[in-house]
Amino acid sequence: MAILGAINPMLTVGLDGDNAWRLDDYVKRGGYSALKKIIAEKTPTDQIIKEVKKSVLRGRGGAGFPTGLKWSFMPKYFPGDKYVICNSDEGEPGTFKDRDILRYNPHSVIEGMAIAAYAIGAARGYNYIHGEIWEIYKRFEEALDEARAAGLIGKNILGSGFDFELFAHHGYGAYICGEESALLDSIEGKKGQPRFKPPFPANYGLYGKPTTVNNTETFSAVPFILNHGADAYLEAGKPNNGGTKLFSVSGHVNRPGNYEIPLGTPFATLLEMAGGVRGGRKLKACIPGGSSAPVLPAQTIMDCTMDFDSISKAGSMLGSGAVIVMDETTCMVRALERLSYFYYEESCGQCTPCREGTSWLYKVVHRIEHGQGRADDLDLLRSVTTNIMGRTICALGDAASMPVQSFVKHFQDEFAYHIEHKKCLVPPEIQRAGSGFFKATV
Amino acid sequence: MLDIEIDGRLVQVPAGSTIMDAAQLVGTYIPHFCYHKKLSIAANCRMCMVQVEKAPKPLPACSTPVTGGMKVFTHSELAVAAQKGVMEFLLINHPLDCPICDQGGECQLQDLSVGYGAGTSRYREAKRVVFQKEAGPLISMQEMSRCIHCTRCVRFGQEIAGVKELGMASRNMHSEIQTFVGRTIDSELSGNMIDLCPVGALTSKPFRYSARSWELSRRKSVSPHDSLGTNLTVQVKNNRVMRVLARENEDVNECWISDKDRFSYEALNSSERLLKPMVRVDGALREVEWNVALDYISHALKDVAKSHGAESIAALASPHSTLEELYLLQKLMREIGSGNVDFRPRRRDSSTDGKRAGTPWLGMRLSEIKDLDAVLVVGSFLRKDHPLFAQRLRQLAKKYGEVSLVSVTSDDPLIRLTEQISVPPQDLVLALAGIVKAAAELMGEAVPAGLESGDACEKSRAIAQSLLNGEKKAVFLGNVAEQIAQAGQLHALAAELCRLTGASLGFIGEAANSVGGYVAKALPTGLNAYEMFAQPRKAYVLMGLEPELDCANPQMAVAALKQASLVVLLTSFKNVAALDYADVMLPIAAFAETSGTYVNTEGRVQGVAGVCRPQGEARPAWKVLRVLGNVLGLPGFEYESSEQVRDELIPSGTEFVEGLDNGVELRIQSIGSYPSGLQRIADVPIYFADSLVRRAVSLQQTKDAAIPAARMNPQTLAELGVVVGSRVRVRQDQGEAVLTACSDSTVPAGCVRIAAAHPTTAALGEMFGPIDVERA
Repeated sequence: MAILGAINPMLTVGLDGDNAWRLDDYVKRGGYSALKKIIAEKTPTDQIIKEVKKSVLRGRGGAGFPTGLKWSFMPKYFPGDKYVICNSDEGEPGTFKDRDILRYNPHSVIEGMAIAAYAIGAARGYNYIHGEIWEIYKRFEEALDEARAAGLIGKNILGSGFDFELFAHHGYGAYICGEESALLDSIEGKKGQPRFKPPFPANYGLYGKPTTVNNTETFSAVPFILNHGADAYLEAGKPNNGGTKLFSVSGHVNRPGNYEIPLGTPFATLLEMAGGVRGGRKLKACIPGGSSAPVLPAQTIMDCTMDFDSISKAGSMLGSGAVIVMDETTCMVRALERLSYFYYEESCGQCTPCREGTSWLYKVVHRIEHGQGRADDLDLLRSVTTNIMGRTICALGDAASMPVQSFVKHFQDEFAYHIEHKKCLVPPEIQRAGSGFFKATV
Repeated sequence: MLDIEIDGRLVQVPAGSTIMDAAQLVGTYIPHFCYHKKLSIAANCRMCMVQVEKAPKPLPACSTPVTGGMKVFTHSELAVAAQKGVMEFLLINHPLDCPICDQGGECQLQDLSVGYGAGTSRYREAKRVVFQKEAGPLISMQEMSRCIHCTRCVRFGQEIAGVKELGMASRNMHSEIQTFVGRTIDSELSGNMIDLCPVGALTSKPFRYSARSWELSRRKSVSPHDSLGTNLTVQVKNNRVMRVLARENEDVNECWISDKDRFSYEALNSSERLLKPMVRVDGALREVEWNVALDYISHALKDVAKSHGAESIAALASPHSTLEELYLLQKLMREIGSGNVDFRPRRRDSSTDGKRAGTPWLGMRLSEIKDLDAVLVVGSFLRKDHPLFAQRLRQLAKKYGEVSLVSVTSDDPLIRLTEQISVPPQDLVLALAGIVKAAAELMGEAVPAGLESGDACEKSRAIAQSLLNGEKKAVFLGNVAEQIAQAGQLHALAAELCRLTGASLGFIGEAANSVGGYVAKALPTGLNAYEMFAQPRKAYVLMGLEPELDCANPQMAVAALKQASLVVLLTSFKNVAALDYADVMLPIAAFAETSGTYVNTEGRVQGVAGVCRPQGEARPAWKVLRVLGNVLGLPGFEYESSEQVRDELIPSGTEFVEGLDNGVELRIQSIGSYPSGLQRIADVPIYFADSLVRRAVSLQQTKDAAIPAARMNPQTLAELGVVVGSRVRVRQDQGEAVLTACSDSTVPAGCVRIAAAHPTTAALGEMFGPIDVERA
């Protein structure tokens, strides 16, 4: 994948393929100026947090929680260590933006984390990078070496008296470790399993100390906000949805890849940037925010603009910005079967509804897909998802339930056809003619 | 305090409480599995979901903190729907075969499924199958498909036992509770996991499929083993003890019991039980009637008294005997005219006898331990000698209490220790003297006379400092500190340390009646336990004792018994070694078969009733002694019940005995040089500590019941030129044993750790003293 297009880019501005990730290039693009300015002027931390709040930078990891607000939860006068953590454990099917940020612009993340550390009073940070992207982990380590050599991280940064040590930490590929508290456990060397909340990481985080966890893209946007001001950032998007966002477009499009567009850009524009639906076929459905976001049928998504509020109003989530496009050759039962398998496999097994429920969901959808559906299966699916949602320790239970609920809701006739006729509504030859997107069946 | 409302009832709860705490306060039951008051919160079963006003979704009661004005509905439609939903999830993969499950009838899942489960299952897929695991001789993991992943067992191991022996491996629905690959569960507290398991996944191996819970009658009892006086529920069927469970007593054992307390009941049905009195006739022990045996003893004792004087008779009792038994034994002896009576068979040094201010005890209540700031334990194999006492210290250390240990090995007590000093036994006095000196120096006081040359090393200073820092602190003397030859000096030094630091002095106590024996006045006015063998007597009366395993110097004890003309054994078991020297063996009722009283280490009086009939013709020892008194024609043996005996000592209804005082009037001796050369360190292995556990079949299969080895520091091994795993001959005086040499870096250099209380080492001498080791 690569970054294939942009409108008014902020995160990917000035990037030239794979050749501009080094410190020199980043500095040439104006990098580290925000950090240098802050530590030189000893900007009050409140002012930084205020600026970030004003920019309405919403978390880019999926939940869209306002970043400035999150930072302000950190206890100000805590005696002892505080931590800032970057969540690069990008495991959601369809999402591949953070790895491109780390590959093409790693120093923006380092600078963003250093600024965050300054703002919340942390002296130590970790970037948790998931295990399957080893070359990117190595590149980030290289970038860290560069920054360390240049005195941009480490003890007494640029003689300012501000200390910030940053380390890369790689996981082993468990999806659950992208959940922030499981991620903290994983860094601590434990089995990655979500913690119940409260207490939240801001009070009891890594090693029991106050901790802020933000997404890679979120940190990457911080230098821009401090360089150009919250207003400039906010203006790029639309109210309550500041800035630009990277969208990972995949599925039945001609040019799958990452696209940076201002929030509020119409979906149609994004689809067009991605080269439109493959083979000129008709759009059938789209998952707008990663596999856990509810699917939206073509007519709904075509009316949406790509921002948190609009997608939410349409009944889905902007999530991590992973746009999965499905054309008319897709069998929705088969698509759901694959998604359910993912959540069944990746449930950590800690709490009852998710451990038992995700496997149940998968087994039922699998049965329907394989011609053994029963008349009451759709009611059963709805009921099981209701029993999972909102009853689990972390959001994985919800993430597993929302696709099932939305697929069954929007494409009920296809499921009913499957149960009744023991075969797909979309004939297999048409599915085959489409693409190999949902090739894997289990 | 916060005002909240639960199901319409107003309650005041302390800030920081959870909804579960609050509900328990008002007596509202919220269904739960993973929650346990003594374990950390996991919130993983999700059964305790309740509705909270203004919350968009149900919240788990166990982990949701209360806030002022909160309105909680535990049985609203939303709450019950959530609870029923979770119950369905729990049951889809759980085998629904309660009639053939060992937990059936006492299963939390079964009970709650009645209220929250559906009549039929909507789940028609294949159920999960989890393979059985091998976890050792005590816990069965045969039915792991029944596990509901509440992780109580895992948290128990980590938090209470101090060692993580179980964990949850894998993820999603294939998560499995298991041991580390190829390992077993070896903790001395492991049996509690069986109680904690809310389903039939972890069950008791010895009890499994031997009875149904509703067939058992539950009777209260108290553990006869260690000095804690653990409260037990003994379950009996057809006059047979089938199982022992914990009886909750927050002040004593909380809700835990050690494996020793739990599984030792197996010994009651041992084939070694002595069922009929036996008397030596023509050189062999023959079964006889009670009256014959008692007449025999009566005549023989009178003969000995007449021809050699009453002082040639000695009596020694096990400290695991009841208060009444100890009292009657000493009364009997004193009436005969002998003051040679004792109940401390492993005690070597008696220099404090007659110089004590009162009955030695813990120095505080057990429930006060949790409030201590600093603790120093001297001379103890903490974990194995006192499993639950160690557990209390473990919790204390977790809450920032400073616990230090000065002992003869550096065994890991699984407690976060501030400092640990391990020295050869003869240097224990030096080590403690160093701490006393350090404390005096830190306080700016004169170093006590004789200790000037002591070595107040850095660790000693750190320990002294920790004792000075805290507000509430204690120094506890363990079993080793009472067993070694310098016990009196240790006592005096510890008392001085306590005077300097303001700490409280305590003895942890070796056995169930280590305090009770003093209360029962079972103390020598003539020869003490050690002297009565060092100066052989003509007649011995031994109660509940296996001298070759229970005495400070078994070699000497057995030699003395062999030369005696009369050896009377009151015992529950046919002791093979005793066949050599016993002239009379009287079968006495074992634990659970007799009524009696135990006074635990904190001075707590705990009476027990017999919960089943004694086996065979065995009789409670107090009755035997009472009748023996009658047969001997002694006055004051007209008791009708054990309570009557007790009433002579302690008024009925006494909760704690009086006269507890650890003061001692013993001068601190100047520290001199102690003998060099190879020294023996003898621990009393947990499952050889008394005659019951020695015959508990399952406990004997555990790792703690391994045959003793000669454990030495690698350095010592090298000096002796002994190869690890080779056989070595160890020799003390006339006795020797051939053992396997074993490398153990927790043993100080110049020492050999060889367990006492085991038949293979019974021929050896003193527990702590010089020993020779050579290649066999």
